[in-house]
Amino acid sequence: MINLQNIKKTYVMGENVVHALNDVSVSINKDEFVSIVGPSGSGKSTLMNIIGCLDIADEGVYEIEGQNIMEYTENQLSTLRNEKIGFIFQQFNLLMKLTAYENVELPLIYQGLPASKRKVQVINALEKVNLVDRMHHRPNELSGGQQQRVAIARALATKPSLILADEPTGNLDSHTGHEIMELLRDLHRQGNAIILITHDNDVAKQAERRIHIIDGKIDSDSGREGALV
Amino acid sequence: MKFNQALKMALSALRANLGRSFLTMLGIIIGVFAVTVLISIVGSATNEMTDSIEGMGADLVTSIWMSPKKTYVTVDDLDELLEKDSIKDVAATTGGSNSTIKAGTEVVDVSVTGVTSNYALMQEQVLERGRFLSDLDIELNTSKAVIDYDTAIDLFKTDYCVGSTISINGEEFEIVGVLEKPSNNMGGMNDTVVNIPITTAQRMYKNTELSNIIVQATSAETVDAAAQELKIYSKRVIKDSDYFMVYSNREFLDILDEITGIMSAVLGGIASISLLVGGIGIMNIMLVSVTERTREIGIRKAIGAKKMDILVQFVIEAVVLCIAGGLLGLLLGYAGIAIASQLMDMAVSMSLSTIMLALGFSVAVGLVFGIYPANKASNLRPIEALRYE
Repeated sequence: MINLQNIKKTYVMGENVVHALNDVSVSINKDEFVSIVGPSGSGKSTLMNIIGCLDIADEGVYEIEGQNIMEYTENQLSTLRNEKIGFIFQQFNLLMKLTAYENVELPLIYQGLPASKRKVQVINALEKVNLVDRMHHRPNELSGGQQQRVAIARALATKPSLILADEPTGNLDSHTGHEIMELLRDLHRQGNAIILITHDNDVAKQAERRIHIIDGKIDSDSGREGALV
Repeated sequence: MKFNQALKMALSALRANLGRSFLTMLGIIIGVFAVTVLISIVGSATNEMTDSIEGMGADLVTSIWMSPKKTYVTVDDLDELLEKDSIKDVAATTGGSNSTIKAGTEVVDVSVTGVTSNYALMQEQVLERGRFLSDLDIELNTSKAVIDYDTAIDLFKTDYCVGSTISINGEEFEIVGVLEKPSNNMGGMNDTVVNIPITTAQRMYKNTELSNIIVQATSAETVDAAAQELKIYSKRVIKDSDYFMVYSNREFLDILDEITGIMSAVLGGIASISLLVGGIGIMNIMLVSVTERTREIGIRKAIGAKKMDILVQFVIEAVVLCIAGGLLGLLLGYAGIAIASQLMDMAVSMSLSTIMLALGFSVAVGLVFGIYPANKASNLRPIEALRYE
C-alpha cells in the first residue's frame, strides 16, 4: 500500500548537517501492523512525518496506493492526509475547546460532508473506542486514556487506509497504555493498517512486524514472519 | 469546507475569548460611534439650515445696498424691474434701525425694518394671529407693526397682543399681526422681526434710502436671469460694485452645501482615523491569536485543513469582530445621537446611508486587517506548528 524508496531527508541545524534519513526503503501492505522502533534522534519521527505526508523527503520516491506523492502540492497533501491517513499523537492533540464529538467530527467537516453523514461516521467511530456516552465532554473532562481514545476515534472517522500512531502510549500510565495497545490490535484485526512509532521495545513487540531504525538507516526489519501477537 | 462551518468555528473561537474579543472590538466600537454621531449631527444641521433657507424662498434674489452716497431711488422707481421677463415681483426694505420698544413697563432694544406690503408673502412669513401690513398701510404711512412671536412674549408675556399699543422710539404703534411661533429646531436661525410700513419708517428715521431690494423670479429657471437684472440695476444706481451685493437664496444654499460637505468630510475623516486605529488593533490581536493557536492550526492542518480553510476561518474571525464592533458602535451612536438631540435642541437622526457606510467600513477594516494574520496562519507548516508548545 505504501512504498518508500531511497528516501533521504537532511536538516541543517546551525553549521551541522543532520542526515535524519539516509537512504531508507520500505514497503508496507494494507493489512499490516508495523512498529518502527528506534532511540530518540534516530530519524523515526522524520520517517513518520514523511509517511504521514506532513513533510516531504528531499530525495527518493514515496508512493501511496500507487500514487507518487513527491510532486503533490500542499493542498493535495492536505486532502491526502484527510482521506488516507489517521493520526494518533503522543500528546493526543485534541482541540481543547471542542467536545469529543466535535473533535471527531473535524476531519469530516474539512471533507465537506453534510451534517447527517458526519453524525453517522462520528458515532460509528466513537462506538469503536467505546466512548459514545462521553461524547459531549471536552478533553479536559476526560482522563488521558479517554482522550487518546477520542483521538483514535478521530483518526478512524474518515475510514483511512492507514493509521499512524506516534508514541500513542507515551503520555499514559502502563495500565492505560496496555488498553490503548489492545484497542489498536483490535483495530488491526478488523482490517486497519497501522504503523506505530515508538522508542519502547515492549510496545514495539506487540506489532507483527518490527522495523528498527538507527542513525537514519533501517537497522533491521523482522518482516511479517516476526509476528508476536 | 462550507462557509457556515467556517462561521461556526470563528464564532466559537471568539466566544471562547469573550473578554478579549470585546477589548479587540473596542477600537471599532469607538470608531463607528464617532463616525455615525459626527456625520449625523452635521447632516441634520445641514438639513435644518437648508429647510429654513428654502422656506424663505428659493426663487428670491436680494440686493443689499450700502452706498455711502444717496441714491434717491424710491419704491415706485423699482417698478422698472417688474418689466423684466424674469422678474415677477419686487419688494424693498429700509435698513434695520436699532430702536427702543416699550410696552407698559417692558422695554426691548430691537432692529425695526420698514417693508413694502408684499415683503411678508415673499419671505413666506406665517402669522400666528392678526394680519400683515397692507397696501393701505404703506399708502397712508400708518403706525402699524407686525412683530415676531418671541418679541410678543418678551413684551406682553402672551402672543394675544393684536390691537395692543407699543411705542417705538417714543412713537405709538398698533400691533396688527404676530408671526408664528418658531419651531424648536430652527437651528438658531430665528431673527427678531419688527416690521412697520416702509413709508412710516422713512418718515420716522428721516432716511428715505432703500437698503434691501428683493426680487422674486418668475420660476426656478429664471433665478439666475433675475439676479443678473438686479445686478445691472444696482450697478446703474450705485456705480461702484463695492457698495452693493446681490445674492440669491439658491446661491446661498449651494455655498452652504459646500461648507457642510467639507465639514462632513473633515469630521468623517477624523473619525475614520479612529476606525483605522481600531483595525490595526484587530490585526495586532489576531497576530497574537495566531501565535497562540499555532498548535491548533497544526492539528487542523494535520487532519486535513487546507490553506484556504485556515485563511477563511481567521478572516471570518476578524470580520465578525468588526461587524459586531460596528453594530455595538451603531447602538452607542444611537444613544449618543439621542443625547445630542436633547443637548442641541435639534432633531438629529441617523440616515440609512450613514448606517450602511459605518457597517461597510467595518467589514472592509476586518477584511483588510484580517488578511495578514490569517495568511500568516494559513502558511504555517503542519510539522512545525505541531511541534510548537
